[in-house]
Amino acid sequence: MAAIDGLSSLVDLENGTISREVFVNEEIYRQEQEQIFARAWLFIGHESQIPNRGDFFISRMGEESVILTRDRRNKIHVFLNTCRHRGMKVCRYDAGNTQTFSCPYHGWTYDIDGRLVGVPNVQEAYDDRFDRSQWGLIEVPQMENYKGSIWATWDKGAPPFLDYIGDYKVYLDTLFDGYDGREGGAEVLDGVHIWRMPCNWKFPATTFGGDAAHAISHRSTLVAAYGPQGEGDRHGARQDAPQTRYEIGMPDLGHGCHIHMHSKDEPYTPTWQTMPNVEDYFRSAWESRQAKMIGNLYFEVGAATVFPNASWASGIRRTMAVWHPHGPQMTEAWRFYLVDKTTPPEARDALRRYHMRYSGPAGMTEQDDMENWNYASAASKGTIARRYPYNYQMRLGVEPVPDVPLPGFVSPILAEQNQRYRFKRWLEFMESPSWDEIYPKAVTAVGRQNGR
Amino acid sequence: MVAEQTRTRDAAIERLLLVCEIEEFLFAEAELLDQHHYSEWLDLFTEDAHYFMPIRRNVKYGEQDRESTSDETDVSWFDEGKGTLAGRVRQLATGYHWAEEPQSRTTHMVTNVQIVDAGPQEVSVRSRFLVYRNRLMDETDFFVGKREDVLRRDGDSWKIARRKILLDQKVLLAKNVTVFF
Ligand code: FES
Ligand SMILES: [Fe+2]
Repeated sequence: MAAIDGLSSLVDLENGTISREVFVNEEIYRQEQEQIFARAWLFIGHESQIPNRGDFFISRMGEESVILTRDRRNKIHVFLNTCRHRGMKVCRYDAGNTQTFSCPYHGWTYDIDGRLVGVPNVQEAYDDRFDRSQWGLIEVPQMENYKGSIWATWDKGAPPFLDYIGDYKVYLDTLFDGYDGREGGAEVLDGVHIWRMPCNWKFPATTFGGDAAHAISHRSTLVAAYGPQGEGDRHGARQDAPQTRYEIGMPDLGHGCHIHMHSKDEPYTPTWQTMPNVEDYFRSAWESRQAKMIGNLYFEVGAATVFPNASWASGIRRTMAVWHPHGPQMTEAWRFYLVDKTTPPEARDALRRYHMRYSGPAGMTEQDDMENWNYASAASKGTIARRYPYNYQMRLGVEPVPDVPLPGFVSPILAEQNQRYRFKRWLEFMESPSWDEIYPKAVTAVGRQNGR
Repeated sequence: MVAEQTRTRDAAIERLLLVCEIEEFLFAEAELLDQHHYSEWLDLFTEDAHYFMPIRRNVKYGEQDRESTSDETDVSWFDEGKGTLAGRVRQLATGYHWAEEPQSRTTHMVTNVQIVDAGPQEVSVRSRFLVYRNRLMDETDFFVGKREDVLRRDGDSWKIARRKILLDQKVLLAKNVTVFF
């Protein structure tokens, strides 16, 4: 089918239907690599994963391997993990510390800052005409260290990261700021879950982007009873405490989340009842955060996605999960778990264990997600199945909840408005040849300097 | 001389008997898993059991000590005690744990059983496993690796006090891990 030309007919946001082609078609998948993954800001990792000069960590952008490094002058870089000579993967370790990357194929050697510093027999073999400065590692044209989290894009015309996330920043900050509300200060626990799921990458990205209705698929976790305190509901009593929940979509940016609102005078909800020290730590973090609050609002983000594929949650489940495309029917998931650097050992240990029993491929909650994504993808591939679009009509035409002083479009919980915005942005990326048509409307000073 | 030979022979027989006993225990355990008798399987663990499956890393030659994530500080595939294993067993018995509904067909092969250390109360045992999972129509996974167990005497049988599972994969190639090892 003519996927490339007919995209807008496949995404019908007025009527709330999206063709299954969007999730299964090979050509659309290839076009996503060009239009989305080669242009959008993608999550790479966290500075805490490369604390020292010479440290590196292998990550991924879309389908490709990249190296996150910290050079001798303390500057952070992101390089494509491929030799400029004949393409060999220059680094095949997951992480470590080094001065150089030496290519095992013909011995070209790159400094950790990406410069090509060694080519065997360079004088004789290249008649002295070889310009090493032109053959360094391929580096992303834009990188951002946002409160310790590292993001990059392959497009030098892309808006600066702060314009790319725009007002969504207030949500994202709950991931990278401390439990007690201090700015930044997070670190990633060692051990990144990496696994393959036979589904299109948009299934997990969209579910996390604020599909609160899918909570029903986790019904069995009520019986498993492995909440933070080691028993009870998977969220503990927290979720039952009186609070307001909303779904948020960013109409022009495509990011989304669902949140639990708390008010300034709301008391701490006991969470880690069987671990008094951990409970004390989180209670005091809650109190300091409330003392710092400007205005009357605080929220935890239950699930969220930064367009296109960086999903995350905050509160006690602070994680970042990146859904890398690995073919139209395959996703490689990378899940990072965050805590505060200052979190004392006992609380850190409790969080670490809670993460492991909740999240990732062995997590009691997420196992069921993967079953759904797998067979939803598989059952959408057929010739007949493809003729029938998916339904995104929940609360179609919903009005924003009035008087909620939060950015983005605030819908009541159980709407699919944020998913519709996500696909609106998806379509804009897929159809626009340049950033001119799809540049974020609200622009920072840096964005203005870039000529916008 | 003869007495000496008899002693050596007796010790060898003792050792063989212990290997047989341990193998029988491990095979019976695998049988419980493949028959989905999870509560009985759970009973094979001591109250203070530690069940641990680290993530594997690609490291430089000579840095093998960094090859697996640590059970003290890092995130692993599993790092838990009997309590959360029991939660998993309860979840499997709900009938609506979709990842295992309908149930997968599994076969646990346990081989290369080696006694590393035998004390009066505890033995350390190494083994290899191959776990085959097939579900629904054609979904198939192989989990292959090594186990390091500490088994503790319990009357005339054994209980599992520690289990370390080294899956020989860096990127987990299965979409999830709903099987026990
Ligand atoms: S491919 Fe790297 S030196 Fe030839
Ligand atoms: Fe989920």
